[in-house]
Amino acid sequence: MAKSIFSSLFQNAQKRNRTVSFLIVIIAYAVLESMMRSGNLSSLFTSLLVPMTCYIVAAIGLNLNVGISGELNLGQAGFMSVGAFTGVSISGLLANTVPNDTVRLIIAIISGIVAAAIFGLIIGVPVLKLQGDYLAIVTLAFGQILKSIITNIYFGFDSAGLHFSFVENKTSLLPGGKMLMNGPMGATGTNKISNFTTGVILILLSLIVVYNLMDSKSGRAIMAARDNRIAAESTGIPILSTKMLSFLVSACLGGAAGALYGLNYSTLVPAKFDFNTSILILVYVVLGGLGNMTGTIIATIVLVLLPEFLRSMQDYRMLIYAIVLILIMILTNNEDLKVRMSRFSLKSILMRKKG
Amino acid sequence: MGFLSYLVSGLSLGSVYAIIALGYTMVYGIAKMLNFAHGDVIMIGAYVAFFALSNFGLPIIPATLLSIVVCTLLGVIIERLAYKPLRDASSLSVLITAIGVSYFLQNGAQIIWSSSTKVFPAIFQSGSVSLGGASISYLTLITIGVCLIVMAALTLFINKTRTGAAMRACSEDKGAAILMGINVNHIISVTFAIGSGLAAIASVLLCAAYPSVYPTLGAMPGIKAFTAAVFGGIGSIPGAFLGGLLLGVIEIFAKAYVSTQLSDAIVFAVLIVVLLIKPTGLLGKKIDEKV
Repeated sequence: MAKSIFSSLFQNAQKRNRTVSFLIVIIAYAVLESMMRSGNLSSLFTSLLVPMTCYIVAAIGLNLNVGISGELNLGQAGFMSVGAFTGVSISGLLANTVPNDTVRLIIAIISGIVAAAIFGLIIGVPVLKLQGDYLAIVTLAFGQILKSIITNIYFGFDSAGLHFSFVENKTSLLPGGKMLMNGPMGATGTNKISNFTTGVILILLSLIVVYNLMDSKSGRAIMAARDNRIAAESTGIPILSTKMLSFLVSACLGGAAGALYGLNYSTLVPAKFDFNTSILILVYVVLGGLGNMTGTIIATIVLVLLPEFLRSMQDYRMLIYAIVLILIMILTNNEDLKVRMSRFSLKSILMRKKG
Repeated sequence: MGFLSYLVSGLSLGSVYAIIALGYTMVYGIAKMLNFAHGDVIMIGAYVAFFALSNFGLPIIPATLLSIVVCTLLGVIIERLAYKPLRDASSLSVLITAIGVSYFLQNGAQIIWSSSTKVFPAIFQSGSVSLGGASISYLTLITIGVCLIVMAALTLFINKTRTGAAMRACSEDKGAAILMGINVNHIISVTFAIGSGLAAIASVLLCAAYPSVYPTLGAMPGIKAFTAAVFGGIGSIPGAFLGGLLLGVIEIFAKAYVSTQLSDAIVFAVLIVVLLIKPTGLLGKKIDEKV
């Protein structure tokens, strides 16, 4: 009896993994939300919740791209940036027309997704023609280009209508007007309408989207194209449009995450979404495991919190963070160490008792 | 300033990029990894040179030599401790480890030397020669000259010495190289040593032109040089040289004729166009797919 339960648990590992991912999110939400309501959560910790959900959504999207589709993308922060500034601008424009915060937040997130999708489409065509490290550098290049462009946009509105200029600020708004994007200064005076609940719903939605995509015909085509491009092509799978689908979904999740992130702060500078942010999200994906969404969620939570737990170390915390990162990569990837470590793992202890 | 002086200052900036790009491309050619910590080795080199010049009062040549020695050792130690255990791991794991090393170096530098900017002393006497109506500073000439010497020396080393031949063999086919009795681990160490030594030279040239030293100094030149290496075809040494020079010239021209704020965007846009026309870079090897 016990054996059959064990084996069914292990055999259906994929299904279990997916259930676990939903359970983790829901349980974590229930615990954190109740702690927040009863005032047991420090303000520092509370302030980390929304960014954490944003990073999880962006990382789930990136994992679809890197893990499931097999394309190393070094520009996810670019899509977050597009989503963030679109979301913030739309929310700013609609501040009087749509007074309800939740409705405005949803509209902002949707417009962030749409904007990221448009850019994803433009960028995806050249990117997906390339392969391997060349593809990676082009995503890096696009991330930098998006950052440069957004840093140079001046956009605002006043009673006379919308004003837009590029590179130099020529908007000269009438009194009572409001700058939505102010070049390198970014967006200021944003209404903070993001909340933890929306973030969690966004995580659950992105999990549903990604899991359904993986189970669909397109999803199997995406994985086939990753495992063997030529074999997949010869069975009639259109490689470019297949890869484009996963690239777009990844970009959209980045855009949604960005919109939520942007509306969580009153000021947001374009420099926030630089190469380091792209790399940060990639670290969550690789540490969590390629193609493993549960792992991504856990890795993101741990790595967002780690620097905060190390706060008592003060200056040394980022140094320790770096050492932890290197050690984890070596411990999980070195074959000799793996064999030595596996002696202490739960599975081998169970096996030894059986034997 | 006219066209000629922009071209020369572009070549000068490009020379620095080329020297850094050589480090990226050699490591990629032999160890098949993107060493994202390379930019931070430049930063360490800059700090060492800074302290040698301003605290110990060394002249420029010994200071550069000291910086080269420290960076070479650092490169070898990093390779031994962080990358060697991951020889058989996926390239993505190695990439993340390199990012970890990069964080480590940046934050280590911040703790030891604080994040405040230090002003690099003027090391070359100011002055200029006039060439076809454009005045070219000594520093510019020295930078281009150093780059040409480095390139020539490296080409000779790769093509004429036994170690160079072993390096070419490793980059061609690692398995066959092992069968021929080449110690691949040793060759990888030598590659990291040379790449890091070049980074030290680049750091001194870079700081002579832009005299400020701070912990994230290496990040942007690192990304640009990496772009240059891909531009020329990653893994190819003449490619890194050509890519570096072109990138420098494009950057200066974009700054001069289009817009300072958009120069980075233009550099990366040119890279994308080049890769679309030649998907493995200007001088990269074409990979034939076998079924």
